[in-house]
Amino acid sequence: MPVTVKTFASSNEAAAALSSDRTARYLGGGTLVMRALNEGDVSISTVVRASDQALARIDASGPRVTLGAGVTFARILSERELAFLHAPARSIGGPAVRNMGTVGGNLFAPNPYGDFAVALLALDATVAVQGGFGSRDIAIEEFLQSRERQSGTLVLSVSCTRPASADAFRYRKVARIKPKGGSVITLAAHLPISGGRIAGARIALGSMAPTQIRAKAAERALEGRALDAATIAAAASAVTEGTSPSDNALGSAWYRREIVGVHLRRLLSGQE
Amino acid sequence: MSKTPLQFRHNGRDVAIFVDGGTNLLVALRELIGDMTPKFGCGQGGCGTCSVMIDGEIHLSCLTLAETVAGRSVETLDGMKQGPNLHPLQRAFADNFAAQCGYCTPGMLMAAKALLDRNPSPSRADIVEAISGNICRCTGYESIINAILAASGGRASA
Repeated sequence: MPVTVKTFASSNEAAAALSSDRTARYLGGGTLVMRALNEGDVSISTVVRASDQALARIDASGPRVTLGAGVTFARILSERELAFLHAPARSIGGPAVRNMGTVGGNLFAPNPYGDFAVALLALDATVAVQGGFGSRDIAIEEFLQSRERQSGTLVLSVSCTRPASADAFRYRKVARIKPKGGSVITLAAHLPISGGRIAGARIALGSMAPTQIRAKAAERALEGRALDAATIAAAASAVTEGTSPSDNALGSAWYRREIVGVHLRRLLSGQE
Repeated sequence: MSKTPLQFRHNGRDVAIFVDGGTNLLVALRELIGDMTPKFGCGQGGCGTCSVMIDGEIHLSCLTLAETVAGRSVETLDGMKQGPNLHPLQRAFADNFAAQCGYCTPGMLMAAKALLDRNPSPSRADIVEAISGNICRCTGYESIINAILAASGGRASA
């Protein structure tokens, strides 16, 4: 069924159009919205686009990194300054999907997708959104929890602090098809070390709940401790707390609960 | 609902069509331009047989809103052969038995071309990565990988 396509020069106008029409969806790279249209999703009758170049901007010069919502995964992979985000970007789709899919869109990608958002959640990212009444910053955890209600707002950018070292941020996606495939589970860990102890541990999980979630019990097991075998074992045994995975073609809820601790232990011990 | 005029370059030739709102590039190419080389597979971005190049980058035409290619250059498999001669990649696919049912072949060839345009002498791992978004249910991929290696001057494994 034909839809109305509205293209705006500025993100302001696009945000206004989006917030005033319940049947409008913002089209970024197309991998979610065009797919919905191809499947005959009649809840979409308007597609909103913005040609605003600000949405494709990357600011990676300082300790705080800001990615415009329209930045593609291929562009992240081409930026040496963004090396800490290369593993999650590379784990998404094949080359064509990475040329199309965007940082902003990934925040809305349902299971078994949305792997980049898992990485951003572990990095305590901030999401800048624009609604009908101006722009504001939301913590990514809050954004993901209220994702169903966010379709009327336009994501402008995502920002996070660069991890202090390559070792402080770790990422692993478990997929059945390599090198590409939907996520069985996805894990990301940010482990800032201060005086030999972990300070501000963040463990984020994908495909372990309806949206990406933090494994807060595992974070508590790591907090204030050295990353040794006993600490890693405690985190691995606590990681399923608060999770609610479901069954899908890639794996059962039982299987996901069984393997998430194993993969967290491997990730934290630096094993392949 | 009104139609939107759309102009772009299709395999080096300027084309102008009218599209309905929400039309994807695959439908525009096949039904409005008559280029039947990109195929419809899944419509979800999972199979890769609709792959085309937009301004030299590999994209999935079924997930591309047609009007986003206004003023841009779209390359499909139809533009690959040079006159009566097959492109070296097409020749290599034929010589290495890289097509069985052939449904994935248009996308595989475009993914391979996108790789070789950037990296004329790829490793086997580069090739596996380059075609990782393209599904083939017949060949088991080995013959496709070998064909791309052969086209790039590399040695195919037995």
